[in-house]
Amino acid sequence: MRKLWKTLVALPAALLALCGTALAAGGGASPVVIVSDTRDLTGILAWWSHLYNESHLQFTILTVILIPVLGMTLGLLTDLVMKNIGIDLSKRDVAEH
Amino acid sequence: MDWMYMLMPIAGVKIFWPGLIILGLGMGIIGGFFGMGGAWMITPGLNILGFPMAFAVGTDIAHMAGKSLISTLRHGKFGNVDYKLGFIMIIGTVVGMELGAQMLMWLERLGNIDLVVRLIYVALLVFITWMVFSDVQKRKAKDRAALAAGKELDKHAVGLEWHKTLHKIKIPPMVHLNVAGIYCSMWLPIFVSFLTGWLAGILGIGGGLIRMPSLIYLLGCPTHVAVGTDLFEVMISGLYGAATFTYKGRTELVAAIIMLCGAAIGAQIGTVATKYIKGYGIRIAFGWAVIGCLVSIILKLIGGWIPSVKSLCNDGATVVVLGTVTALAVVIFLGMVKGAAKEIADKKAAA
Repeated sequence: MRKLWKTLVALPAALLALCGTALAAGGGASPVVIVSDTRDLTGILAWWSHLYNESHLQFTILTVILIPVLGMTLGLLTDLVMKNIGIDLSKRDVAEH
Repeated sequence: MDWMYMLMPIAGVKIFWPGLIILGLGMGIIGGFFGMGGAWMITPGLNILGFPMAFAVGTDIAHMAGKSLISTLRHGKFGNVDYKLGFIMIIGTVVGMELGAQMLMWLERLGNIDLVVRLIYVALLVFITWMVFSDVQKRKAKDRAALAAGKELDKHAVGLEWHKTLHKIKIPPMVHLNVAGIYCSMWLPIFVSFLTGWLAGILGIGGGLIRMPSLIYLLGCPTHVAVGTDLFEVMISGLYGAATFTYKGRTELVAAIIMLCGAAIGAQIGTVATKYIKGYGIRIAFGWAVIGCLVSIILKLIGGWIPSVKSLCNDGATVVVLGTVTALAVVIFLGMVKGAAKEIADKKAAA
């Protein structure tokens, strides 16, 4: 019951806080509209630029998916290299404050 | 050499792309090691590379989201992230940042606030520097006293013990933060995160520079847990920031991806370096990073006061920031290589 109360209080509080930030971020935006010049672009760069010009929402969804996936992939590749070198990535021995 | 320059499709400028990778690598190492986003170091770097400032913040935040995600996961595996503390702190951080940002806008309407903000920033950085180095000195004094008494100092001993006084506040609900090894009132992390968020909102920064030392000195987190938990906060704010800035059309995705190629690798190097470097080593290096930031802001202040030396001071500030990034990244990288070499040698000797 106590856990339920905590959840009931914490969830609206977190949502309210996030709404506030969203409003603050929206309020600070510049009214300038930036358009990508796609004339000299080809391939994936042209596609990205067209997407940016046509829909910021779709471009945002692409960014929000692509960035974490790329970060994870490169990070895991680095992990593989480090493991192959012989570094133990499962624990940290140093236990000092 | 034309192939070394790449057209940024949205910003419409050609950028020296290896510079983006090097900047990302350096900041990845520092971010993974100290647990901060490091926008104060990246923005001058992007500026030097010829990046339009309209895209600098959004691009920086987008790449930060990717690198902090992988660093948080690695720190989590090392047992450096207190997720419970992280979630509690999100509430205070968001509310504090919102209040700080609103307050900044209110102050801007009253008049020119730039100088006041920079002075607050300087005072805060002086305080953090003093806090870090006086903590180091006090711990050294304890170490010397223990040696003189023929004893060995407890490895969990610290110089400044403000957190012990704050832990005496017993306002319910009380929480056990198991990873950090803290039992305190839930209001303490909320208050600390609110305070750091409020300051970050007023100063217009991400807040890692303030939050990391606050986790150590006010909450009493071990250094490694402070780094990991702070990165968790950076990850959440980075993902949100990436979405909101991109939606406003202020992210150059190509540049963010190129920077991320260096940053994701650097973040892993910085995170693994914490495996070999003791808590107080991290604190001392952090103190030097804060000094670098402090000197760059003082130079900018001088440039504002004396117009004849403005460009010299601005250039000097950029050199100081990039010099700090390079020096710290090299030191952390060498620390990681040294530690890894010792670990591998020990394994071979044991086999």
